Amino acid sequence: MLNRTADSVARATPEPLARRVRGISDKGLAWLFISPTILLLLAINIFPLFWAIYLSFTNYRANRPNEVVKNLGLSNYRRILGDQDIWIAMQTTAHFVFWTILLQTLIGFTLAWLIDRKFRGHAFWTTIILVPMMLSPAVVGNFWRFLYEPQIGLFAYAISFVSGIPPTDIQMLSNVSLAPWSIIIVDTWMWTPYVMLICLAGLRSIPEYIYEAAEVDRASNWRQFWSITLPMALPFIMLAVLFRGIENFKMFDMVNLLTGGGPGSTTEVASITLKRQAFESWRTGYSSAFAIILFVAVFGLANIYVKALNKVKQR
Amino acid sequence: MSLTQPTKRKSRWPVWARRGLMENIATVIIAIGFLMLFQPFALSLYTYSFITMLFGTAMFIVVSKFPE
Repeated sequence: MLNRTADSVARATPEPLARRVRGISDKGLAWLFISPTILLLLAINIFPLFWAIYLSFTNYRANRPNEVVKNLGLSNYRRILGDQDIWIAMQTTAHFVFWTILLQTLIGFTLAWLIDRKFRGHAFWTTIILVPMMLSPAVVGNFWRFLYEPQIGLFAYAISFVSGIPPTDIQMLSNVSLAPWSIIIVDTWMWTPYVMLICLAGLRSIPEYIYEAAEVDRASNWRQFWSITLPMALPFIMLAVLFRGIENFKMFDMVNLLTGGGPGSTTEVASITLKRQAFESWRTGYSSAFAIILFVAVFGLANIYVKALNKVKQR
Repeated sequence: MSLTQPTKRKSRWPVWARRGLMENIATVIIAIGFLMLFQPFALSLYTYSFITMLFGTAMFIVVSKFPE
């Protein structure tokens, strides 16, 4: 059936075109197939990157397209790297990244380890646990805004029930010390399933005979965990940390929806500062330079992780 | 049948410039730059963090093409 279809397609191809296609080498044909993807990548990824690099050396403002664009050299970079407010935004970002990765890895790995026990109904619970990850960040942000409401929010009532503090005193989004944690909680809630899924793949890839051999050697469960489970799942944990680390450095949607960088600038992460500079102050050149600095940071981080990953794999 | 073992061609690439070692150095430079960018102690360290990271990243890209 398939052959017949192929034959009819081949017969339907006009002779001059067919002759041309027959003359193409395998390599040429491969290039022909991948060139649309390459062109698309160049247009939507590579070109904007080089354009942003160019803009980072200028005083270009997107709201004044007719103004003469002046070349400022490294001035934008110098100003960003000497700006105390941006330095603080970087520290806020580091705080978020550290705590979200730590919590997501710990909880995600623990959940994966429990799910891997294959108890009754484990498939059902796996699906339930994965639900937050499937939701849109916009939905999650609005949903948690309601949960955090001191008057009507379920979160405040739950905390009040446990701690005895009146729910109206639990102002998660407007309290300076609680606001950063409110975002960390939501990000952890949303993305722990993703880490769990990767860790679960790692745990399922460990051959059963290794555990059987350990049982024969009378190794305790604790010993099996530290000598078999953790080392063999480590490349997968590293992979999860890499993905979440890179994603959390760019964290924008959740912060924007929950606190918008406030109260004051306590939750103003680098991406929020970048957005304010680019679309509120309209300093396009300046914000391009800032974006390039963040890009180099994430790119450098990715290099370190890939190297670490290769090292773990070689063991 | 010849019993002689095929001799390994000795690379003329200097030992100190092999990929493993150079990648490790580049990784350390990136890590230092990264810590400088996010540390809360000195503004001057933050100022020089970008150039350190950029140098480390460029070095990593170059040395990852070196022979092992």
